[in-house]
Amino acid sequence: MTLIRDAARVCKSKNAGPFELTIDVVFDDASVFQKVKATGVLCPALFARLYNVPEEHVLFTPYDAAFAFKATFPRLVPAGEFGDTDVYGCQQHAPLLDVDLPI
Amino acid sequence: MSTKEIRLLSVSAILGYGFPEASLKAGMARKPDMIGVDGGSVDPGPHYLGAGIPFCSPIAIKRDLRLMLHAAIEAGIPMVIGTCGGAGGNPHLDLVAGMARDIAREDGLSFKMALIRAEQDKAEIKRRIAAGGIHPLAHQPELTDAVVDRATRIVGMMGPEPFIEALDNGAQVVLAGRSSDPAPWAAMCIRAQLPPAPAWYAGKMLECGATPSIPKGHDSLFVTVRDDHMDCEPCNPIRRCTPLSIANHSLHENSSPIHHIEPGGMLDTSDCRFDALSDRAVRISGMKWNPAAQYTVKLEGVELAGYRAICVAGTRDPLLIGRLDHFLESVRAEVATKAAAFGATPDTYRLGFRVYGRDGVMAEREPKRDAEPHEVGFVIEVVSQQSREMAAAVLGVARANMLHTDFPGRLCREGNMAFPFSPSDIDVGPVYRFSVFHVADVADPCELFPIEYEMVR
Repeated sequence: MTLIRDAARVCKSKNAGPFELTIDVVFDDASVFQKVKATGVLCPALFARLYNVPEEHVLFTPYDAAFAFKATFPRLVPAGEFGDTDVYGCQQHAPLLDVDLPI
Repeated sequence: MSTKEIRLLSVSAILGYGFPEASLKAGMARKPDMIGVDGGSVDPGPHYLGAGIPFCSPIAIKRDLRLMLHAAIEAGIPMVIGTCGGAGGNPHLDLVAGMARDIAREDGLSFKMALIRAEQDKAEIKRRIAAGGIHPLAHQPELTDAVVDRATRIVGMMGPEPFIEALDNGAQVVLAGRSSDPAPWAAMCIRAQLPPAPAWYAGKMLECGATPSIPKGHDSLFVTVRDDHMDCEPCNPIRRCTPLSIANHSLHENSSPIHHIEPGGMLDTSDCRFDALSDRAVRISGMKWNPAAQYTVKLEGVELAGYRAICVAGTRDPLLIGRLDHFLESVRAEVATKAAAFGATPDTYRLGFRVYGRDGVMAEREPKRDAEPHEVGFVIEVVSQQSREMAAAVLGVARANMLHTDFPGRLCREGNMAFPFSPSDIDVGPVYRFSVFHVADVADPCELFPIEYEMVR
C-alpha cells in the first residue's frame, strides 16, 4: 500500500479564478510519475468521486514535463460567496492524501 | 534570432508582502533592466474590489514601494507595478500613486510616472453588450445591463500593450490598475523584440517573486530572458530554484498546466523543459505562443450582497455534539420567529452555522463529516440585505439561542456555548460577491486602459 501522502512531493489545492478549484499532485521524478500514471488511479473519475462533482466537469491533465497531475473542477460556491468555506481554496486537498497508489 | 537578453528583478510576491532589503541589493547588483512586483490578486476574494481598499496594509505597501523607487531611480531603470493596491480599481491605483508622490517629496526623488487606469465605465460596457462584444467565462451567464448597473466596480485586466505604450513614452515609474499578472514583465521583453513565448513565461515566474524557489517565502527572484529560454535564480542565498520547484510553480492557479490563456493568445507549455543550471538556477525552454484570432480583455466586477455580522463560539458538550444538526435546526426556527417580529423576515437575511471540527473547511465535500469530535467551534454568521444594524440584530438573536436553546437530554442548563470574547458579536460590514467574470472583444489592446503621465518631484 502506497498512499499519495507518502509517494508525492506536492499535493495541493488552490483557486483557479473565483469559480474553479484546481488540485495538483506532483511526484519526484519521471520514473515515479510514469509508474503512477500507469496505474490509472489518478483520473477524472477519482476526483469526481472524492469531490462529489460530475465527471464531465473535471478537467484532468497529466503534465509529463513537471511529473504532475492536475485536476480542475467547479468550486461549491464562488470565492467569497455566502457559504464559501475557503476563499483561497488552498485547504481542499486532504481527501487525496489517503488515496492508495498500487505502485 | 536576436542575441538580446532582458534582465528582470521581481522583489516579492505582492507589493506589501515584504522582502529582505539584502535581496533587493543582490538583485540590483546583477544590473536588471527593470524592477517590479505584482500589486494584487483576485484571490483574497470580492471584498477588496468592492470596498476599494487594499488587502495589504498601506504601511507595508509604502515600505516596499520606497525601497523599490530608490533602487530604480538610482539605477536609472523602470519600475513597474501591475494591479496596484490589490484589486486594481481607481481607489487602489490612486492609493499607490499617492504614496509614490509622498515618497518622492519626502526623499527628494524625481521621475516621470504613468498611471494606467483599468476601472471600466458602465455605459461603455453596456454599449459593448448591445454590440455582442462581451462573452461569459467559467460557465457564467451572459452579462446583462442589470448586472452592470448593480455592480459596485468593474475592472478590465490589461495585457502588456498599455505597459509598452507607457514605457515607450518615457515613463520611468509605471503604476497600473488591474493587469494580467505576467503582463508588466512580458511588456519589457516584447518591446525589446524578444518573442512572446519566453516573455510571457518569464512573467509567470516573476509575478510571484521567489515563490518558484525553495524554501518558499516572500522574497526576490531574478530572471534573464533570451530568445528561446529564460533562466531563474532567487536573489537570497538561502533559497534555490530547482527543476521541481519551477515545474511546481508552473501549475499555480491555472485550470490547465499546459494551456495558459492570456490577453491576445495562449501560452503552450506542453513541451517545456526545466534544466538545472546550477544547484540554485534553472533554465526553462520549449514554451510556445499561439496568438488568438480575437484579442480579449477579461472583466472582473463585484456587487453588494448585504451586510455581515459574525460570532465565534464553541461547545465541549458530547450530548449537544451528538445531536448537532437537530439543535442547529431548532435554533434556526427560533431565530426565524424572533427576527420576523422586528422586521427581518427570512427572505431578507441568510443565517449560517460554520461547524469547525466537523466540516468547517470542506462543507458538503467533507468525507469525514460523520466522525464525532470531542469539541467543535462555530462561526455563526448573518448576512442581511437590509442593513448593518439588522445583521447585528439577527445575529444577536442567533447567538442568544445558541447559548440557551434547550435540547433533549440537556444537562448543561446554564448555557450551551463557550464564547471566547466579550463582545461576542463582530460587525463585519458590507459583503460583496463576484458578479462580472467575462471577456470583452477589443480592436486595440489599449482602448480600455487610458494612461495619464506626470512629472513627480
